[in-house]
Amino acid sequence: MSSRQSILAAVKRSQPGKANEPIIPAALSEPFADAVSNFCTVLTGIGGRVTPVYESDNLQQIISDAFNGTTDILSVSEHVSFQTLNTTAAENPQGLSELEIALMDAQFGVAENGAVWLTEAQYKVRALPFICSHLAVILHIKNIVSTMQDAYQRIGDAAYGFGLFIAGPSKTADIEQSLVLGAHGPKTMTIFLMH
Amino acid sequence: MGTHLADVHIACMGIEKLIPKRDHLGVFLRLLARSATGQPVTTYNSHFSKPLPGREIHIVFVDNGRSIQLGREDFRNSLKCIRCGTCMNTCPVYRRSGGHSYRYALSGPIGSILAPNLDMKKYADLPFASTLCGSCTNVCPVKIDIHDQLYKWRQEIVKQGYGTTSKTVAMKGVAFVLGSPVLYRFAGKMARWVMRVAPGLAANKMNPWYKQREMPAPPKDSFGEWYAKNRKKS
Repeated sequence: MSSRQSILAAVKRSQPGKANEPIIPAALSEPFADAVSNFCTVLTGIGGRVTPVYESDNLQQIISDAFNGTTDILSVSEHVSFQTLNTTAAENPQGLSELEIALMDAQFGVAENGAVWLTEAQYKVRALPFICSHLAVILHIKNIVSTMQDAYQRIGDAAYGFGLFIAGPSKTADIEQSLVLGAHGPKTMTIFLMH
Repeated sequence: MGTHLADVHIACMGIEKLIPKRDHLGVFLRLLARSATGQPVTTYNSHFSKPLPGREIHIVFVDNGRSIQLGREDFRNSLKCIRCGTCMNTCPVYRRSGGHSYRYALSGPIGSILAPNLDMKKYADLPFASTLCGSCTNVCPVKIDIHDQLYKWRQEIVKQGYGTTSKTVAMKGVAFVLGSPVLYRFAGKMARWVMRVAPGLAANKMNPWYKQREMPAPPKDSFGEWYAKNRKKS
């Protein structure tokens, strides 16, 4: 008997009987009165930055200004172009280890926890949102949902190879309970919030 | 990040970690970070569904006693654990003793109810190292009755013969003395007298209680005697 069969047989023997599919109480997914401001408050609280961008603004200029005027930004965003991702880097993401700033679009944001959802369609290279020192993300306010329940409903049955919720910069407080921003990923995360 | 740079990604997971639908994940993502570090959600929540072309993802489902625990009605509930660690952070024993004192990968209150399932003899002492204060049960986000299970493990361990002999003898002796008021009063008198005339009989290395402490000064009367005297006065 393979280990898979023996485990399945053991689980079957110990089955406690059937249970109904759990229903998530509606109270857990009550929408926020002002989801956008809640999103900004929570994200700022967990170390993220939010820069509002209005229709009349020059997006490229605002992004560049947010990083001390540099244009040395790797962009895979559909909204604005800086440096482009070349095929060598895409195939060999180890080569991106010195990358300072990466810019990408988010599909949507979640107001309850400040997280944004992205898939390969947005970051192109799976390692990109982790390997850069500073992460810049473009999000439109119309794409902010209230709760995680809304988020998974919005994802629905979408097909993706690798999808990701990111909530703020990487951080740890493992040592002496002292919080350090920038641990196993970017040191900062900036959301450019399009109005 | 490492998972995206390596050619082969191997992930191990306990068989109890399967949930019915992706929709339900929202609830668990909330519970985990809130109970673990107080964050609204974990910074990165990666959703793997396919490896990149030419690369591999392998998932290893680990049983390691879980199917046995599933069959133990009293302890099955412990399989709900999402490893947030909040029972440890609140536990007065864990906070003083630390993780290594549990001698098992999982420490704290949850470790004490999972470890005996794997090896009841080796981890027989863990469920006894608790004050049963119930703080762990109180904070558990998935509502595991941890302190009740600690109490049930004690009974199971003694029933299976993994209790220590010294404890069994001591408990039987205590039960015998406490069962007779006459014997109890006599034993109290004897103890107070011995501690007065020969303190070395109690204050020595054979007495585990004496190892880190001084013995208290023996009182003149038992509480019962003292109360009977003082009640008349007022």
